[in-house]
Amino acid sequence: MTTHRTSAGHDTGGGLHARVRVERPGHVLDVTLDAGPGEVLAVVGPNGSGKTTLLRCLAGLQRLHGGRLTWGDRVWEDPGSRVRVTAAERQVGLVPQDLRLFPHLTALDNVAFGPRCRGERPAAARRRAREWLEVLGVGELSGRRPDQLSGGQAQRVAIARALAAEPSLLLLDEPLAALDPGVAMTLRLELARHLAAYDGVTLLVTHDAVDALTLAHRVVVLDEGRVVQDGAPAEVARRPATEHVARLVGLNVLRGRSRGTLVTLPGEAVLATATEHDGPVVVTFPPTAVTVALEPSAGSARNQWPGRIVSVAPHGLAVRVHLDAAGGVLADVTAESAGRLGLTPGREVWAAVKATETTVRAESFGTMPTHRPPLP
Amino acid sequence: MTRGGVTGEPALGPPPLRLLVPAVVAGVFVALPLLGLVLRSPWERMPTLLADAAVREALWLSVLTATVATAVCVVLGLPLAWTLARTEHRGRSVVRGLVAIPLVMPPVVAGVALLAAFGRTGLAGAYLLDAGVTVPFTTVAVVLAHTFVALPFFVLSAEGALRSASSEYDAVAATLGADRWTTFRRVTLPMVLPGLAAGMLLAWARSLGEFGATVTFAGNYPGTTQTMPLLIYSVLQDDPPAAYALSLLLVGASVLVLVLLRDRWLGQVRAR
Repeated sequence: MTTHRTSAGHDTGGGLHARVRVERPGHVLDVTLDAGPGEVLAVVGPNGSGKTTLLRCLAGLQRLHGGRLTWGDRVWEDPGSRVRVTAAERQVGLVPQDLRLFPHLTALDNVAFGPRCRGERPAAARRRAREWLEVLGVGELSGRRPDQLSGGQAQRVAIARALAAEPSLLLLDEPLAALDPGVAMTLRLELARHLAAYDGVTLLVTHDAVDALTLAHRVVVLDEGRVVQDGAPAEVARRPATEHVARLVGLNVLRGRSRGTLVTLPGEAVLATATEHDGPVVVTFPPTAVTVALEPSAGSARNQWPGRIVSVAPHGLAVRVHLDAAGGVLADVTAESAGRLGLTPGREVWAAVKATETTVRAESFGTMPTHRPPLP
Repeated sequence: MTRGGVTGEPALGPPPLRLLVPAVVAGVFVALPLLGLVLRSPWERMPTLLADAAVREALWLSVLTATVATAVCVVLGLPLAWTLARTEHRGRSVVRGLVAIPLVMPPVVAGVALLAAFGRTGLAGAYLLDAGVTVPFTTVAVVLAHTFVALPFFVLSAEGALRSASSEYDAVAATLGADRWTTFRRVTLPMVLPGLAAGMLLAWARSLGEFGATVTFAGNYPGTTQTMPLLIYSVLQDDPPAAYALSLLLVGASVLVLVLLRDRWLGQVRAR
């Protein structure tokens, strides 16, 4: 399906240059962001980190208190020189988290709303709306009202509505969060295709590492109103700058104290690492780097920790085992070995980690919230 | 658990008597006067009364002025309600308080206030008189009086309806390129229409029953300002049974309108 049209009306040249500053009692959003045409940025961060506020600022629904917003050589907002282009004139497509499909309009008229507002005649607007509903795979639902659509269908209509207005900048606020996992997976694949064909800039707020890793070219990590990391998805997943993102991408995050290459972890566990550090550190490693055995293996006692199985659950093709070793570790093992070893909750086992698969960073990991309760 | 449901026994036990007894008293208190009207009315005189020119004039005038006043409430009150619900400014709470005053104002006082504004020597009335327009003691005065007392009913209920139609829809419409007027016309208004119907009904009913402000500001002239409540009051002086019958007629007319509107509008609300 490569029927996406690039219209004469919208301006994809230039791209987004945003310096956004918003002051609210108790917190400040201060973010600098650049994105070129065709780029898809995932914005991740904990609740309250400013993701949705950022989207609203870009859309023109929230005034900036400082900074400057430009698209190409057009200034969208510059509080310093009192320039402000309204939301209606920005050509921004917004899919809010709760969609906000107009309840009194059919799916078709919802999607035709944007083209109508951009001055198209009713018949032409409806024709375009029908095309977009077809592209999103919900053409046969055009006569339904929003309350007659399932969650996934409504999400498709909302995306069609945003795209039909031919925005330069597409803002998606957790587009897959409310959907059943199966529906989300299907739509994620399609969304990847639509975004690849879309020549504007896309910002995608998400709480799901899979969205960030599969849909985005770049991941922007927000924490307490600031960008703490901005990089390729694989890089962010490998070396996450915040504990939130580390957990988001499914890494084990352990805190300990390092002396030379030896890290002491909670519960007297010891980890030998490849790099030298002194002082408090944070160690991350993927669950696939952990092996589980019933007895400690012969040889080095390092990087092997006794623990009790807390829970066992299927995870993709593997089985994810949660152990209370070293303050809490996730291990992915094959279903075959889980069965053979009899890994059930309550069982005492040994977890081993390959030192080469761990990443150690000084605790300056900085932006980690200090009020977080101790890990179980 | 299901046993209680089968027998109709409330799951939390029977309602306490000290709530139930006053509730029954309240119901009887409302029903008794209505029952009195129905039982005391000389039903056999109904056809003659209905054929009476003065009665028909008053009934027509009541329905006409109530309907026009409701229309004025919508045309002026909806923009006011929108301003209260959708804009941020310091004067908002002042305006809202001002709009609500006629709710708590005795109707006679409202009539006096209207005279002070639109009377021959009133604030605006003096200018109107110079322009050759006399408002008091005309049918226009009836509509003004009705609008004055009915406006808060409409504005407050319309504002409630506008607030419950989240402004997030406005935000989405804006990103789709709609200016605020287009958003109002194509998104907000259709969404709040069922809610507005309730406000219109309240305004219409308040207007139909209006007495004090009308008699003070518009007088009691058969054919031009004598609405049904005024006629009923006049008739009550020397022919109480006829007043009963006319009262019943007015109640019947308003209930009829209520039922017709309910089928038309509230039916749609429920279907949504």
